[in-house]
Amino acid sequence: MEVVIFLAFAIVAVVCAVNLVVQTHPISAAISLIVVMGSLSVLYLQLGAEFIAAVQVIVYAGAIMVLFVFVIMLLNAQAERKTGRSLVARYIGVPCLVIFLGLVTFLLRALIPSSDVVTFGGFSGGTARNIGRILFTDYLLPFELTSVLILAAILGAIVLAHKEID
Amino acid sequence: MTSVPLSWYLILSAILFSLGVAGFLIRRNIITVFMSIELMLNAVNLSFVAFSYQLKQADGHIFSFFVMVVAAAEAAVGLGIILTVFKNRGTLQIDDINSMKN
Repeated sequence: MEVVIFLAFAIVAVVCAVNLVVQTHPISAAISLIVVMGSLSVLYLQLGAEFIAAVQVIVYAGAIMVLFVFVIMLLNAQAERKTGRSLVARYIGVPCLVIFLGLVTFLLRALIPSSDVVTFGGFSGGTARNIGRILFTDYLLPFELTSVLILAAILGAIVLAHKEID
Repeated sequence: MTSVPLSWYLILSAILFSLGVAGFLIRRNIITVFMSIELMLNAVNLSFVAFSYQLKQADGHIFSFFVMVVAAAEAAVGLGIILTVFKNRGTLQIDDINSMKN
């Protein structure tokens, strides 16, 4: 059952990721990316990361992707122009990608013992309670620095939206 | 077989990351390039969470949480830059945006 769930959502994620790469219209790519993020959140649940799965749906699929779709619609983005320079990508890049993935697969299967398996419920440390406790004790300084980062991002976005830049 | 090997999660993560790199390199629309970066960040997050399960520690979850925060900040600033570029140039094709070349 767990294998079936993993394979179903992994295949959905990979198909939609391929769709993201091959689509020329940005709105199709955005919707593919939303599906990838949704299936990844199911895989996070399977790994016992409840909090991360929720944040994935709320922040990534809910907030960031809405921002993307909003910008695409605001700019009325059209399908991209063909540049005719993709021959190298097609005849060298794709085989290199396949060889790289084959090597990675071989290495991972050789390095990680097959006794390492993931069973649902095997790790219960991913609850919001536990994550919050770690975040406010061991990782307090990085957490506080994150607020500075977000403040800088807000200021940057406001400056970019206001100023006329040549 | 009722449980999934850990390596499958890492292989899925590698596949998604490679597709993100491919999209980053071959797409010519600035918004799609940006979305490929988000796909790469998601693939890395899956690796973090899988290793966190394996080590039975929640530290990987904290890291992927921080990655999400950085991605949100990056999306806000990046889309602001895209809006400014479109306002000044009227195009989203990255081939047309080459004023720093000369």
